[in-house]
Amino acid sequence: MSFMEWAVQISVIAIGLSILIIFLRLVIGPAIEDRIVALDLLSANAIAFIAVYSIQKNTTTFLDVGIIVALLAFFGTVAFGYYLGRRGKQ
Amino acid sequence: MMDLISGIFLLMGSLFILLSAVGILKMPDLYTRMSATTKASTLGIGLVLAGTVVYWQDFGIASRAVAIILFLFLTAPVAAHIIGRAAYFGGVPLWEKTHINELPRNAPKEEPD
Repeated sequence: MSFMEWAVQISVIAIGLSILIIFLRLVIGPAIEDRIVALDLLSANAIAFIAVYSIQKNTTTFLDVGIIVALLAFFGTVAFGYYLGRRGKQ
Repeated sequence: MMDLISGIFLLMGSLFILLSAVGILKMPDLYTRMSATTKASTLGIGLVLAGTVVYWQDFGIASRAVAIILFLFLTAPVAAHIIGRAAYFGGVPLWEKTHINELPRNAPKEEPD
């Protein structure tokens, strides 16, 4: 087992573990803002997972998906923030 | 040689991502949580994508990775600012040991648009 395969295995394990921990915060988060931050971080972890997956499976197709995921995460966060700002006024 | 550099980048990036996940679980209130996750996750994703670029050594992959990194570095502070502002005006409490809070002195009565 070469160093590269070992590093990819460790990275997959670390990113999967962090996705589990973020799901914990998504479940127990006391305010709705905590859950929005957790969702934002989940999509960031999805991008990192896509990058590691492209090395592990020797395909580069899914790197395009990473751009779309980053765009959708930003728009989702902005929409949630706008909704929360509107909610305080009424 | 390139495999070594790429593996080191991947390991450092996944370590930073794991640190941001621990930060979002262990930090005491929303604002410190956002501080931990925004910094660590942008740095972690940047390092993982840099490892991908070093592994593939292809111009198309490099341009896609640079596009993702630039987009994340531009949008992560904006998203964190929007969520933090909405949370502060929405009444999410601060940690009790936070002793610098400069906003209430100058805060307007109504949230301006």
